[in-house]
Amino acid sequence: MAKYITRRLIYMVVSLYLIVTATFFLMRLAPGNPFTSEKKLPPEIEAALNEHFGLNDPWYAQYGDYLLRIAQWDFGPSFKYKTRTVNDLISEGFPVSLALGAQAILIALALGLILGIIAALYHNKWQDYGAMIIAVLGISVPSFIMATVLQYFFAIKWGLLPVARWDSFMHTILPSLALAASPMAFIARLTRSSMLEVLANDYIRTAKSKGLSKGVITVKHAIRNALLPVVSYMGPLSAGIITGSFVIERIFGIPGLGSHFVTSISNRDYTVIMGVTVFYSIILLVSILLVDIAYGLIDPRIKIAGGKKGE
Amino acid sequence: MQQISKDKFQIVGNEGINSEKIEKPSLSFWKDVSIRFRKNKLAMFGIVLLVLLVFFAIFGPYMTEYDYAKNDLMNTNKAPSSEHWFGTDDLGRDVFTRTWEGARISLAIGVLAALIDFTIGVLWGGISGFKGGRVDEFMMRTADILYGVPYLLLVILLMVVLGQSLGTMILAMTITGWINMSRIVRGQVLSLKNQEYVLASRTLGAGLTRIMGKHLIPNTMGPILVTMTLTVPAAIFTEAFLSFLGLGLTPPLASWGTMASDGLPALKYYPWRLFFPATFIALTIFAFNVIGDGLRDALDPRLRK
Repeated sequence: MAKYITRRLIYMVVSLYLIVTATFFLMRLAPGNPFTSEKKLPPEIEAALNEHFGLNDPWYAQYGDYLLRIAQWDFGPSFKYKTRTVNDLISEGFPVSLALGAQAILIALALGLILGIIAALYHNKWQDYGAMIIAVLGISVPSFIMATVLQYFFAIKWGLLPVARWDSFMHTILPSLALAASPMAFIARLTRSSMLEVLANDYIRTAKSKGLSKGVITVKHAIRNALLPVVSYMGPLSAGIITGSFVIERIFGIPGLGSHFVTSISNRDYTVIMGVTVFYSIILLVSILLVDIAYGLIDPRIKIAGGKKGE
Repeated sequence: MQQISKDKFQIVGNEGINSEKIEKPSLSFWKDVSIRFRKNKLAMFGIVLLVLLVFFAIFGPYMTEYDYAKNDLMNTNKAPSSEHWFGTDDLGRDVFTRTWEGARISLAIGVLAALIDFTIGVLWGGISGFKGGRVDEFMMRTADILYGVPYLLLVILLMVVLGQSLGTMILAMTITGWINMSRIVRGQVLSLKNQEYVLASRTLGAGLTRIMGKHLIPNTMGPILVTMTLTVPAAIFTEAFLSFLGLGLTPPLASWGTMASDGLPALKYYPWRLFFPATFIALTIFAFNVIGDGLRDALDPRLRK
């Protein structure tokens, strides 16, 4: 296990290095410099700004600087908002995004599992078809359309919930639902197919012939094994939640990191794009690693290469 | 024990019973798959839907007298009518024409992304699995490292830097998109390459290309097909997503993503501008998804009855 984790950590660091490097050089390739805007800056000011941000140094010095700063958890300044750094944006926006994301993950897991389990237990009955229709809808409708439609009906037309902003619990319902829709659908399909597979096993038949009730069989014997694929989906799920939050936060006017990121894209605020990309990559890589480790711990059948006797 | 006298038995012989006769025509693997696929009503519905979509993508833009890029400022935001079947947008452009023009682009993005993923993935995974050893180790570690790069973030980054064009979009989608395919192909090749028929072919002097092209890839075609069908909706989805972020194609080009994100702010007053592109995005993704699922089920020998 220790060997496996070390190896994974090394890959992770290499991946991260690759991302940071690619980001750095891509941003240098980008047209215009960070101070290009409609208003032409006086040459003295531009020179001073270049000096201040170290843009006059040769590229390798800038690159080395950048790597060092990332290693110290410093994602650099924002060129558009002169007084704020990317770290400020992250500490301001990420808690909001995290709350939204966590709520969405909970909804997706809860509803997805329930739908999937019901569909499998009532295989080929109307409950199954109903659950799968919901799942197919969730997968086929892009999140930004789902969000707008929810917003239109629940907030504008029927006035049941607030249209936008992020103030109270009521404000969080629509965005979390919109963000949870497509992961929920994936989880429902995943749970259904793995439940069906598990329910066909001999040990379930044994449990039945022992006279155990359907509830006990489902909860005690089937769900445990059926959950494994869902656990391994948690990595991609967190990626989906992060990228999904870009559009959801935008639509609902939520001041999270995702909407800062989208704003920085349309402003072409390169340092912020760069910093936030690297930050998200770190979060993602770490969460995928954690999921994989958890998976190895949960499923005793998985012998991770290298650790033969569960060392 | 009761004795049964021998005269109660009678020899019938085995004439007339043709036990060696093959009753049913023998089915090749793909025939069997196609029979089971055709039994799947949802998947067949997906096929019908897809055929219709492709038909309209090809002929739709010619069905009206309007040009997809031509503004008509006298007729902006018209509701659907006999003149403009799907209405017009804020510049008076015919939404019907633009929808099918957009279908061409969205479908092209999906299909091209799938084809490029297929080519790179099959080559990389095939060679890696077949050669084994150090080559395999090196190739798969490269894939592992690239796999860590978050897909959408990379796509966004490339679109920002390289500019918003169809080419950039497809490049951005395929840079990490092929990895999944290569892993699947590698896994299949690994399990197939030590089978006797491959050994026989090798003994007869067949080289890498022949063994790969003639024996390994055709036998891997099932999972490859499923992956490809599921790549298409993912690419269409990504295109819509990018367009929403303002990183899609630039006007007057129409794709479903740009049309939908243009229509969003007008939802309250001119709902058709969002409704049509959104519906067709959803229908296309739906069609490819059910076809992919159907293929997977049809190809899975465990589900054979």
